[in-house]
Amino acid sequence: MARTVQAPLDEATVKSLRAGERVVMTGTIYAARDAAHKRLVAAMERGEVLPLPLAGQVIYYVGPAPAKQGAVIGPAGPTTSGRMDPYTLPLLERGVAGLIGKGSRSEEVKQALVQHGAVYFGAVGGASALLARQIRSSRLLAYPDLLSEAIRELEVEEFPLFVLNDCHGGDAYQAAREAYRSSP
Amino acid sequence: MRTVDVRDVRQAVGDLLRHSAHSLPEDYLEAMRTAGRQERSPTGQEVIELLLENAAYAEAETIPTCQDTGMAILFVEVGQDVHFSGGEIHAALQDATRDAYADLRKSVVSDPLLRVNSGDNTPALIHWEIVGGDGLRISTLQKGFGAELMSRVQMFPPAIGEEGLQQFVIDTVEMAGPNACPPLIVGVGIGGSLDTVGVAAKKALLRPLGTASPEAHVAELESKLLDALNGLGIGPQGLGGVVTALAVHVELLATHIAALPIAVNLNCSAPRRATLEL
Repeated sequence: MARTVQAPLDEATVKSLRAGERVVMTGTIYAARDAAHKRLVAAMERGEVLPLPLAGQVIYYVGPAPAKQGAVIGPAGPTTSGRMDPYTLPLLERGVAGLIGKGSRSEEVKQALVQHGAVYFGAVGGASALLARQIRSSRLLAYPDLLSEAIRELEVEEFPLFVLNDCHGGDAYQAAREAYRSSP
Repeated sequence: MRTVDVRDVRQAVGDLLRHSAHSLPEDYLEAMRTAGRQERSPTGQEVIELLLENAAYAEAETIPTCQDTGMAILFVEVGQDVHFSGGEIHAALQDATRDAYADLRKSVVSDPLLRVNSGDNTPALIHWEIVGGDGLRISTLQKGFGAELMSRVQMFPPAIGEEGLQQFVIDTVEMAGPNACPPLIVGVGIGGSLDTVGVAAKKALLRPLGTASPEAHVAELESKLLDALNGLGIGPQGLGGVVTALAVHVELLATHIAALPIAVNLNCSAPRRATLEL
């Protein structure tokens, strides 16, 4: 049984999470991907008020498909996180404590996770229809012109995740690859 | 000569794209079930089971398997004795794409620099081929771009040899790691020119899983590459394991004496692929 973590994340939870561990997340998280990151970072540089809180918060890299009539949200699996690497450091500096996506992060981001005490989680890419079932509500928060890339506030319940990079330098992808590698 | 009404084409292709977004091909599901038995990593097995469960749920609920419902890529084989009526065939295929994506994600920007969403997922990318007879065959790929982004093309000189090409394929998958959503389907084009080698790699993704190249030396290369890729340890979703790829499909093209081009087109573990004949 995977342990439950509450979003937003508190410091003790962040410190207790270890790469390779499986968790389920319950609470409020924020959907943002490429175009929204670009705008957020530009807004920060101009000193503007941001449309979402950052301290302790969790950002989910997702651009959901349209919701079927009566559904809370359409399929909503993770997108490739590496594309957000160039925008991630300023967010971690402002206290973002959790990132959810899929795929490898840059060395800079991994170091920043350790430096600022944050965790990178992975959701299973392509399991999007099942993941959407764990999203209880979705509210458009900012940048509606970006369509699927708009920022949304999501309430999730037992959202299944792997800890990929922890705040102690642990790297689940690297460890897993080494364990099963047979090619030279 | 046979007359085909483009309005019928619009309806049929629209239906095909709509269906394909939530219904993955049976040959892929079978390959995943086999992969689940071959995978040694318990996490890898669970990921494969989860993806199969996701596929079944999406099909039952008629919702997309993945939120990235892709860019529509169409391969159209038109018999030279076909005459289109009722409008322009190119426009009909774009209309079909617009129709189908009304309820799917709009993932296309009209201008790659200004990055403004086209709002209806057009344009579809269309590859035309004129063939003999009066048939019309249209194959579709709704390509997610997590895997497309990790694909690569390179113009090598011939001295790179087959071993050098193999290394290029292995390096491509190694660099893609977890990003392209393994288990992957790996399409490889070898030969041709800068423009055609990429199309060959993409066309290789249309081949059903479980079918090797009819040419013995190509089938052997496919099998060698698959073994090498599955030795990388990346595994399902990059969480470790012995199933990094489900298949490698290689397509060859005649090329110039000075060159040995190669393209590697990765498909994620949600191949939205379909074909219809009219």
